[in-house]
Amino acid sequence: MDASNYLYISALLFTIGAVGVVVRRNAIVVFMCIELMLNAANLSFVTFSRINGNLDGQVMAFFTMVVAACEVVVGLAIIVAIYRSRRSASVDDASLLKR
Amino acid sequence: MTFTSPVLSYTLLSPMLILLGGALIGVLVEAFVSRAKRPIVQLTLALGVLSLALLQVWNIRGEQSLTPAMGSIIIDGPAVLLQGSILIISIIAILLIADTEHFTALPAALPGSEEERKAIAMGAQVTEVYPLTLFAVAGMLMFPVAGDLITLFVALEMLSLPLYLMAGLSRRRRLASQESALKYFLLGSFSSAFFLFGAAYLYGYSGSVNFAGIQESVIGGSGNDVLLLIGLAFLSIGLLFKVGAVPFHSWAPDVYQGAPTPVTAFMAAATKVAAFGAMLRIYYTVFANAEWSWSSVLTGIAAITMLLGSLVAVTQRDVKRMLAYSSIAHAGFLLLGVIALNKSGLDATIFYLLAYGIATVGAFAVVTLVRDSSGEVTDLNRWKGLGKRSPFAASTFAFFLLAFAGIPLTSGFIGKFSIFSAAYESGATGLVLVAILSSALAAFFYIRVIVLMFFSEATEDGTSVEIPSILTRTAIVASAAITLILGVYPTPLLDFISDLAIFIR
Repeated sequence: MDASNYLYISALLFTIGAVGVVVRRNAIVVFMCIELMLNAANLSFVTFSRINGNLDGQVMAFFTMVVAACEVVVGLAIIVAIYRSRRSASVDDASLLKR
Repeated sequence: MTFTSPVLSYTLLSPMLILLGGALIGVLVEAFVSRAKRPIVQLTLALGVLSLALLQVWNIRGEQSLTPAMGSIIIDGPAVLLQGSILIISIIAILLIADTEHFTALPAALPGSEEERKAIAMGAQVTEVYPLTLFAVAGMLMFPVAGDLITLFVALEMLSLPLYLMAGLSRRRRLASQESALKYFLLGSFSSAFFLFGAAYLYGYSGSVNFAGIQESVIGGSGNDVLLLIGLAFLSIGLLFKVGAVPFHSWAPDVYQGAPTPVTAFMAAATKVAAFGAMLRIYYTVFANAEWSWSSVLTGIAAITMLLGSLVAVTQRDVKRMLAYSSIAHAGFLLLGVIALNKSGLDATIFYLLAYGIATVGAFAVVTLVRDSSGEVTDLNRWKGLGKRSPFAASTFAFFLLAFAGIPLTSGFIGKFSIFSAAYESGATGLVLVAILSSALAAFFYIRVIVLMFFSEATEDGTSVEIPSILTRTAIVASAAITLILGVYPTPLLDFISDLAIFIR
């Protein structure tokens, strides 16, 4: 099967993620969309690894997974702190910082 | 199957290793040292580690190597200069962070809860901020010396993740502080997803994650240009976000305003050096032969960044937001040095980064001093007549503003002059005109603040100027002294930079 189909899927996933970040209002969902974007990039890496015939892309995919896990830890800590003090995880409610 | 162990040259890697080791010891100190002793132990550790790393950077100046860590790190002149700048800025910034008055007593407690009151009454302090700072500095040191896309991405996250957390630790106005952490985190990881996607396409383009391999493909020109363009565009979005260039700047004012002021100082100055360092390496070496693909786009971004930063700063009523927009404008000026793509552009950008970083830390240090009963006062109207109440605070702040504006006898003048002339030399005349116009606009609002401080009648509203602690005073005096010395007698540093600043490929 043509490997470039995976690139199209990856681009589609990335777009869905990016659109989700822009239109969704719940911080958790926004965060999930960002994770989707990271995974889309991972899929591209693995596909290119296959196309190019070397392993660099697969190694990068593992690094990305580790970094994404760290990001989850930091991100959820911040979102939970916000939720506890505001009783809401909506990014629209957090609007103290505007002129 | 045989396993070949990697060859590492530990001397060249030592600044980063020292910082990471220090940060890990800092985590252990959190676990094993009693609460009362922690602040002083952590501060000593952090200062010691940063100074040791700076000493080590000084020792390895002049060294050049493409393979200190099997090709994933590149140590050369610009690397040493940028690492040195980051460490000097961090040492001054850690003196501000040591003033724990700015940080919440217990980050996990609800704002205004009984738990929080108890923690404050007990005199609890967040000492976690020191190891977090050290981890961030280690990431910043690694960012401009990365030699492949993996290291670049890991370093980007290593410098960002601690900063997201530090932005949410403010003692006063905790809701605003947490909000700034959330915004910084969501937008920051959004941009790193773009960065990563771009990295994937560059890998697809060249078949290598190594900068040398990508550069080979760019020079050879055999690859698919569509992949190159997508990759370069998305990678640049990630980098431009970190430096706060328009249109990726929207996080900056909110985060600068909400974060605790010492953290703002550290983040504003050191992140900029690290991110511009990485940009210089990427555009000056890897994509130098693909100038057609990025030069005109960056020129446009630089022009709107300078203009928008200066224009919007004029309308700000809050000191920290004003400094945020001013930092956006400065990101535009710094982009001139990247676009110049010549030796003098490289020298000028490195000098400008150090000069601007030091002045920024100093300016935010003064902001921490102006307080009332509920914490810092950042409303510009309440800074009226500050010159009469505290000549020290007002005059140092005025001096830093003059440095931002680029008035002669300050480091800002030398920085602006050299970066503008480098861009002019490279033929970007139109852009230099825009830069001069926005400098004039920017000078207007800096001078407006100075007039406000010295020539307006003071209002009786309970604003007072704190007597600075010895650490904060040291930070302010050191930044002011460096800004003055670099303005009056910059030749030794300029010569030093131009001797060292040569990228190896």
